[in-house]
Amino acid sequence: MIHSLFLINHTGDIFLEKHWKSVIGRSVCDYFFEAREKAVEPENVPPVLQTPHHYLISIYRGKLFFLSVIQTEVPPLFVIEFLHRVADTIQDYFGECSEGVIKDNVVTVYELLEEMLDNGFPLATESNVLKEMIRPPTILRSVVNTLTGASNVGDTLPTGQLSNVPWRRVGVKYTNNEAYFDVIEEIDAILDKSGTTVFAEIQGVIEACVRLTGMPDLTLSFMNPRLLDDVSFHPCVRFKRWESERVLSFIPPDGNFTLMNYHVSSQNLVAIPVYVKQSISFFETGPCGRLDITIGPKQTMGKTVEGLMVTIHMPKAVLSANLTATQGTYTYDLATKVLVWDIGKLNPQKLPNLKGSLTTQAGTPKPEDNPSLNIDLKIQQLAISGLKVSRLDMYGEKYKPFKGVKYLTKAGKFQIYIYMFIFLENLMSYLLFEWLQCVLKHSI
Amino acid sequence: MRNMSTAVLYNDQGGAEAAVEAGQESTPTTSSSGAAFGLFSTDFKKNEDLKEMLESNKESLKLEAMKRVVGLIAKGKNSSELFPAVVKNVASKNIELKKLVYVYLVRYAEEQQDLALLSISTFQRALKDPNQFIRASALRVLSSIRVPIIVPIMMLAIKEAAADLSPYVRKTSAHAIQKLYSLDPEQKEQLIEVIEKLLKDKSTLVAGSVVMAFEEVCPDRIDLIHKNYRKLCNLLVDVEEWGQVVIISMLTRYARTQFTSPWKEGAIFDENNDKTFYESDSEEKKEQTEAKPYIMDPDHRLLLRNTKPLLQSRNTAVVMSVAQLYWHLAPKHEVNIVTKSLVRLLRSHREVQYIVLQNIATMSIQRKGMFEPYMKSFYVRSTDATHIKTLKLEILTNLANEANISTILREFQTYVKSQDKAFAAATIQAIGRCATNISEVTDTCLNGLVLLLSNRDETVVAESVVVIKKLLQTQPTQHSEIIKHMAKLFDNITVPMARASILWLMGEYCERVPKIAPDVLRKMAKTFTAEEDIVKLQTVNLAAKLYLTNSKQTKLLTQYILNLGKYDQNYDIRDRTRFIRQLIVPNEKSGALNKYARRILLAPKPAPVLESAFKDRDRFQLGTLSHSLNVKAAGYQELSDWPAVAPDQSVRNVEVIEPVKEWAPLVGKTKKSKSEDKFYSDDEDEKEEEGSESSGSEDSSSSSSSDEESGSESEEESSEESDKTSSDSGKSSSGSEKSSSESEAEQKKKKKTKKAPLKKNKLTAGDSDSDENGNGPVAQSSSSSAESSSGSETDSEDDSDSDNIAAQKKKKSEAKSKPKVEVKSKKEVSLLDLDDFSPAPTNAPKSSVVSSSLLSDLEGLSLSNVSSTMQVTTPSFGPVKTYELLHHMTGKGLSAKYHFPRQPCLYQPSMVAVQVILTNSSDHSLEEIHIGDRSPASLNIHCFNTIERLEPEASVTVSMGIDFSDSTQAANFQLCTKEDQFSVSIQPAVGELLMPSTMTEEDFSKEQGKLLGMNETSATITMATANTSSQAIGKQVLSVANVGVVSSSQNNVHRFAGRTVSSGAVVLVSLEQKESCAALLTINTEKSVMASMLLRDLKQALAQA
Repeated sequence: MIHSLFLINHTGDIFLEKHWKSVIGRSVCDYFFEAREKAVEPENVPPVLQTPHHYLISIYRGKLFFLSVIQTEVPPLFVIEFLHRVADTIQDYFGECSEGVIKDNVVTVYELLEEMLDNGFPLATESNVLKEMIRPPTILRSVVNTLTGASNVGDTLPTGQLSNVPWRRVGVKYTNNEAYFDVIEEIDAILDKSGTTVFAEIQGVIEACVRLTGMPDLTLSFMNPRLLDDVSFHPCVRFKRWESERVLSFIPPDGNFTLMNYHVSSQNLVAIPVYVKQSISFFETGPCGRLDITIGPKQTMGKTVEGLMVTIHMPKAVLSANLTATQGTYTYDLATKVLVWDIGKLNPQKLPNLKGSLTTQAGTPKPEDNPSLNIDLKIQQLAISGLKVSRLDMYGEKYKPFKGVKYLTKAGKFQIYIYMFIFLENLMSYLLFEWLQCVLKHSI
Repeated sequence: MRNMSTAVLYNDQGGAEAAVEAGQESTPTTSSSGAAFGLFSTDFKKNEDLKEMLESNKESLKLEAMKRVVGLIAKGKNSSELFPAVVKNVASKNIELKKLVYVYLVRYAEEQQDLALLSISTFQRALKDPNQFIRASALRVLSSIRVPIIVPIMMLAIKEAAADLSPYVRKTSAHAIQKLYSLDPEQKEQLIEVIEKLLKDKSTLVAGSVVMAFEEVCPDRIDLIHKNYRKLCNLLVDVEEWGQVVIISMLTRYARTQFTSPWKEGAIFDENNDKTFYESDSEEKKEQTEAKPYIMDPDHRLLLRNTKPLLQSRNTAVVMSVAQLYWHLAPKHEVNIVTKSLVRLLRSHREVQYIVLQNIATMSIQRKGMFEPYMKSFYVRSTDATHIKTLKLEILTNLANEANISTILREFQTYVKSQDKAFAAATIQAIGRCATNISEVTDTCLNGLVLLLSNRDETVVAESVVVIKKLLQTQPTQHSEIIKHMAKLFDNITVPMARASILWLMGEYCERVPKIAPDVLRKMAKTFTAEEDIVKLQTVNLAAKLYLTNSKQTKLLTQYILNLGKYDQNYDIRDRTRFIRQLIVPNEKSGALNKYARRILLAPKPAPVLESAFKDRDRFQLGTLSHSLNVKAAGYQELSDWPAVAPDQSVRNVEVIEPVKEWAPLVGKTKKSKSEDKFYSDDEDEKEEEGSESSGSEDSSSSSSSDEESGSESEEESSEESDKTSSDSGKSSSGSEKSSSESEAEQKKKKKTKKAPLKKNKLTAGDSDSDENGNGPVAQSSSSSAESSSGSETDSEDDSDSDNIAAQKKKKSEAKSKPKVEVKSKKEVSLLDLDDFSPAPTNAPKSSVVSSSLLSDLEGLSLSNVSSTMQVTTPSFGPVKTYELLHHMTGKGLSAKYHFPRQPCLYQPSMVAVQVILTNSSDHSLEEIHIGDRSPASLNIHCFNTIERLEPEASVTVSMGIDFSDSTQAANFQLCTKEDQFSVSIQPAVGELLMPSTMTEEDFSKEQGKLLGMNETSATITMATANTSSQAIGKQVLSVANVGVVSSSQNNVHRFAGRTVSSGAVVLVSLEQKESCAALLTINTEKSVMASMLLRDLKQALAQA
């Protein structure tokens, strides 16, 4: 299966390598570097590459490439999923998955990789099991270790490994028992210029943070489970109960985990929380254009829209922008041609507006391609699909846990098509300009 | 995120121990090892220094040194000269140090074989260690050391470990098999023996790893799988996710060699099967089975059914592997269930999207319909990576048909304007493909492409030209306008390919543009020397063609160009020129060929076929690396074609796990497999309608031929067997789960035994009596055990509860009037038998339907002395309200009305029975009345049989079942006749979602006690004076809700009890009359929404006279 793993940073340095079978030389990465070169953007590197003797499957996460070397047929998703799991585990252990963190904890990372695969086949990927074998570093522990000579490595088989609930360790104890659930929904939408929804759907996820003593058996039920069109679960959720009763019944892992992902399809009407009035226009000739964007609330269910941010990928020809925002700040990145307008909280009384002129490269024709406008936003205490958790019951343990549910709506891939207008309203000046050009051309 | 804050909060409140817990979860800090490494990285050359540290006596120094060494390995730096110093520490007591030494050993043992041997004895000792973890890790390292000399030792260790008590060690030995095999393929035979042994292992932990070993060592030894096939299928859900992927893909291959194709009958089969899903009438089915020889092997069905829930896995690889299994194995009409899950994966990481899109692209070529409803999910976003965009484009093109092409083209218009020019060009090609595939839009596309010719971007124009060229070629009609237009643009186009294409077009259709073509040639003559090679070649072609058709005008030009070509630098062009000259210019030498010049050059050319790049990918199994690369990867296992005749299916029968010896000789082979199927369907967790029902239909189709007696017998046997196996599987798993699964098994046994006696009722009533009595305690004990076991499933509790009640009621009623019960239950038996034929293994509802149908009969008895008006059994009670479903004006003569007959639904216990009266008020007869599409698509409806013909003025009553899932959400569906379709909807009143249940007053108050607090809804209401009598109250309440009356000792309190149809939740209504017209109405139920709606309805009903 997975033969070797190379971690490569964005400049193309291999800073960690791990082999689960015989050692494969670094030169195999050259094929990857070639593809990387060709792709220009790191995102565009094809995830699956073929070399004369090996196959390379890579993922790009946190400005790092996780490149695995394969020798024989294997489902590519198997490898990709595993690589992401490695990245997740590193993030879980050290808070982030970046080159710096991995370099700082290289031994722990290496030990983790050793445990995660055996002969290229995943052995232990549950974070719970791993944490019993290799404890995540903490200040306290390192102090204790230096004093007592204890180590970070467990010497017994993790309890999860053998049980039927490998995601939970035995003998969990807390003084405060709490179970929190975050229902986070993202709206994916494409709106056309008139504000009509071309496509909209809601992707939701329930993130759980469960710190309960013993072996609690939880049942989470919804007011309106019929909303959910498609779901995927953490392995702990019992399929059977869901199929028959539409409740989530599970023995939770200890700590943070993603309980379920769900999808509310476009068949149900998706509420679009904001509307955007925009016009970007360029004069047929002449080095300038105009931009005017206003954002207002649409269907917010009485909640405030926060963290509002507008990102516009401008046409390549736009040199600079001279704009004024009634609220928030804007930045225009000259290199990437990205205009970012950070608005913050949306005040329905005074709608934020961004207006001003754009300078295009002199002499070049008006840009023809459409910029796209992406919106980012957050609405606290609202699940836009209307999903509601009705209750959480616990069986199997005697104590009463603290329970809590939080809702959050975010914009996922929220995109608005922009159509630019080539203004001829200033026809006179345009004709004049044209005429001048003619005169100049003929006089020379 | 919250975890941080809770952790902090936690630290404040918790004790020392808690602080440790919290700290380790969330505080990222630099570990001591990290710091050490950071220090070290600056002066890594001091390997000498490391050696000293390793040889010192201090553990901490050694550990420190080993950490640095591992750091070196991680960076890919060589530290092999430290081998002697490191290997000495292999026996260290410090576990972390030991582990690091292992890491080092595995990395360098191959290079330093002699020294590595020093460590072997340590591992051999560790292999005998009482700690399973140490045994396993010793085996792991021992087998990872790639030293050929120790092969015999490894072999021995593997064999021993394969028989180890700990499943974890056995798992490790499965991994070691692969390692040894790659080190020394000679050992294959011996290793296969070990694999064979491990395949029999019942632990879920081992299953994945051993199948992996099987795939690597002996993928062709399919015979090893036979005996383990059913076990693997059944364990699948509990295997860890990575193992699932491997097992599923192996089973896909296996199934293709062992079962016959489910696709043979194509479309006809689809229809038939759809019917059989809902058919409960055994007569009909017999006919169908006769008409259709294909019957899916129960093992085949087992595989499909057991993999289905895994579509909900969080692991994308698992979902994909199930999807490919369905694609390659399922009957065509069942493949659609994977669509939703695949579309879901598109939300995952970019790399996952890439692979999934590739697979969807291949699927969508063959089966457009699968993904068409999700077309919008494939819309391109500006933030997508280029390869994702292209794939989405590919899929959209595949999905295009007459109906959606306008939407797709509109979307494409946006893409053409994209900033990503490569993508824009790909879009143009896609438009071209749409245009050729769908003749209706060819002209529109062509016009659109022509418009693009005036685009400022060169690549866009060039691509358009090329595509237009291809399109014109496929459509050799009058397109001279377009050609003229292109000729005009010719001067502005600089991309060689585009210029060449225009020239070719000019030449090919030069007779259509007789004036323009020579002019273009004139221009080309001017610029010939400066052109690219392909342009030059096409210029020569154009010249030749013009010379043949219009030699008067172009003779000189042609000569000139041919002369230029003659001295070109490129030999291709020189050759071509020479050839053309010989061909077209008549002279003595080339006389013969010259005659044919016109036919050669101006022959009609076959149009190029614009087709998908994914066209030939289906030769690979989906989801594989080979499919992704479109190249056969090393180690790829071909998916064989279906065998024409299925190999002997008895090879999969397992004799080993056969504690039930009695049945084997008794039951014939076919029956055996049948009962097997049944037991799996009950045994398994899932209960999707499709699978179970279709299998049910198979069952009944085969059993309908046999007499009822034996049918029920085999069922009993199967139930017995299922108990055994399920408890078996419980044993193999450990810990708390075990007890729970056992209790479940018990549960099942009880259910089965319960079902059986009901049938026996027919024979002897006394028999059933004792049985029922015997049942009560069993149910109770099992429920209590379920409660006590920590990992128990709560639904078992519910089940047993309901059974309990049922049993109690029966007892009660039996005590009251035995002979009557006997008569009644006889009537019920036929009903239940029907139910048995379509075994929907839904737990709770099933038991409740048994109870309710019996109860409804018994109820009348128990109430007979209370109030004479209520004697009528509730199910048939009713001022039956009839609702309009379809008015004859909108229905073009067809009108439909419906009402709720308040009888338990025959088809499925969770359904509400609905009777529809269809009337033909038109003057012609209506044909083929049936139910069409429904929404939401998941809506579970039992349709009535298609009414072939309904004469004018005639009416017919049909019954159907709808699963409302306890919500008053309307069920929308289409009522179709041969010509028309009418969308109609049925919205149930909340009271119709209930089933009456009877209970004693004590039971009522006990139940009520459980449903307090949030589950209680109450209101004070004012009743109409006419309604104050207890009879009137009963009447009003029963008119609103389908509940049963509970006898009451108090005159002013009225109680009613019911259950929701779908989930069987208890609904209790009590009405306490206060002075005069006021009353307190209380409803206790878990379904709080229902409660409030019911309260509203009741309030209304009681308020009116």
